[in-house]
Amino acid sequence: MTTELRVRAAQALGRDRVRANIRRAMDGLIDKRRAAFPDTEELERLRDQGKAIRDHALAKLPALLEQLEQNCTANGIRVHWAQDADAANGIILDIIRRHGGTAIIKGKSMVSEEIGLNRFLEEKGVEPIETDLGELIIQLAQEHPSHIVAPAVHKDRREIAELFNRHYPDEPYSEDIERLTAMARRVMRERFKATKIGLSGVNFAVAETGTLCLIENEGNGRLSTTAPDVHIAVTGIEKVVARLEHLAPLLTLLTRSATGQPITTYVNMISGPRKPEELDGPHEVHLVLLDNGRSRIHADPELRATLRCIRCAACMNHCPVYVRIGGHGYGTVYPGPIGAILEPQLQGLARQGELAQASTLCGACAAVCPVRIPIPQLLNRLRFEQAQAGRKDAGAGAWMERHLWRLWAWIYASPARYERFMGLVTSLGWLAKISVGPWARTRTAPRIAKRSLHDLAREEGLSND
Amino acid sequence: MTNTREQMLARLRTNPLGEVPAPELEVRRFAWSLDEAVEKFELMLKAVRAEVYHVGHDWPCLLAEQLTQAGARNLYYGPEGPLSQRLTRGWPETGPQLAALDRPIEETRETLFDQADAGFTSCVAGIAETGSLVLWPTPAEPRLLSLVPPIHCVLIERDQIRSTLHELIVQESWCKGMPTNALLISGPSKSADIEQTLAYGVHGPERLLVLIQ
Ligand code: SF4
Repeated sequence: MTTELRVRAAQALGRDRVRANIRRAMDGLIDKRRAAFPDTEELERLRDQGKAIRDHALAKLPALLEQLEQNCTANGIRVHWAQDADAANGIILDIIRRHGGTAIIKGKSMVSEEIGLNRFLEEKGVEPIETDLGELIIQLAQEHPSHIVAPAVHKDRREIAELFNRHYPDEPYSEDIERLTAMARRVMRERFKATKIGLSGVNFAVAETGTLCLIENEGNGRLSTTAPDVHIAVTGIEKVVARLEHLAPLLTLLTRSATGQPITTYVNMISGPRKPEELDGPHEVHLVLLDNGRSRIHADPELRATLRCIRCAACMNHCPVYVRIGGHGYGTVYPGPIGAILEPQLQGLARQGELAQASTLCGACAAVCPVRIPIPQLLNRLRFEQAQAGRKDAGAGAWMERHLWRLWAWIYASPARYERFMGLVTSLGWLAKISVGPWARTRTAPRIAKRSLHDLAREEGLSND
Repeated sequence: MTNTREQMLARLRTNPLGEVPAPELEVRRFAWSLDEAVEKFELMLKAVRAEVYHVGHDWPCLLAEQLTQAGARNLYYGPEGPLSQRLTRGWPETGPQLAALDRPIEETRETLFDQADAGFTSCVAGIAETGSLVLWPTPAEPRLLSLVPPIHCVLIERDQIRSTLHELIVQESWCKGMPTNALLISGPSKSADIEQTLAYGVHGPERLLVLIQ
């Protein structure tokens, strides 16, 4: 088993500035989400609806995809099916080449990260231009997003000021957030004006009407999908919903869970390319439907719940592990609790199985997930599978672990054995200092009390019943 | 290509796992009176830094005044738009120059991006719960009119305001036919990508003027 994750996590824990940036941002997002759902009953009702809508869509997924394709096609949107990342990249490049494009303007899209689109296009001589402010910062820094909603959340204004100063030497140096934002606007304007091909993700695809729904605050998403001649939308096959009406509860759940906003500044619903009589909008709209392992997840009755995800990021905002190691600690496109269940399934347990260990199973993620994905339960399932797989080629460590757990089960199955064991532990407490070595490296080692809680309770006259 | 499609669909059909009933959603709405709805609408819009004005028939004058104060040299509008006659007739001579946008973007891209200071559109509805303007751009009022100029101005009539998006979608039977592009706009463009601190006017308009009649 790889220990890359542990190395990365240890490195992440050592980056104090990044940790402080993330902590501050997550605390803010947690507060905003809480304030956005003042009525708990309403929240729980909405979560029930969100779950029901997504479950329904996943149960009918093949039929809905066909319906989506049919309606999109009728509206003039061209639909492409992509088995994996390579296929999706190939389709996108083909479209760009057919129009003689040398650059594309991009709205925020996690799926484009998933398929490694930017690097692929650069290798082929096409310039991908990230236009979302957070994504732009990440692109300039040659990094990957550390959060699925706020990609540059690990950076503070000073780092961003220095970054902009290096890349835009003509602009005056500033650490002021409004000035930095205005700088991004100025720089991007020309690109929006001149670039002929735009690419975006999709938040929801509505089968009933063949509508692509995109949400954002900046306007870069609208510009990327409206100003160019060609718009390419790329999405995972799970993003489909049956009915237009289903957007209402999902949108309110998504924006309130993500940033505490009642709604994003823009909700952009695209149902076709420009009609002959219209004055603007792209002449061509393409929709790339990406599988990349999703159909495998779909086939499993328990794991299918993973695909309900609407990518609000609330699980990571509330996760004690994510808050400490940040997105880069996970080393995958999707970090946090959703990443810990999704990535091992997309990439296979052999490559990313260890991620399922990156959780304390505290349950904070499941408590906030707007579509009620039982993340801890799925983490356990993946751990179980990994343990099963591990049996075949288990090393000495796994053997030891297995037998220690057997011993533990045996002791805890009988009150008498438990009593005797606890007595032993209490009297041999000093031994514990040795055995908690790794735990105590960065913490004070716990001291075992001289007398057990049971003992003290008995003395106080409290009994087990 | 077709093959890929068949393969993907076939894989999704391998393990159907039984039917899940379509969720029966009760329409989420609030029983607000028109006054209450307007009040909520205004409150929500102001909370995201939109500027709201209650106007009478002389709204073009008020708009012209605001735009002059903002230093706008011009106001782009769609001459075939539903409000264009009222706009042009009521427009004061001293106001910023009215500029008609009635040619395809291929011919107007440069001027729109480089010259336009403000854009004016109508809207099809408002949503009180979230303070949203609902726009269905048409050939008469193209999409970029509400997006490229740094100031976007909208006139809405009080009785166009509904309580929620859900109510609107169901009442107006949106599922029967969607336009090429439908938009909800709730405030000026903004970003919180730097230190979770809001900054306005990122890529879309930095000011949103809403006139309620
Ligand atoms: S798993 Fe749930 S909480 Fe996490 S991003 Fe997805 S929808 Fe949001």
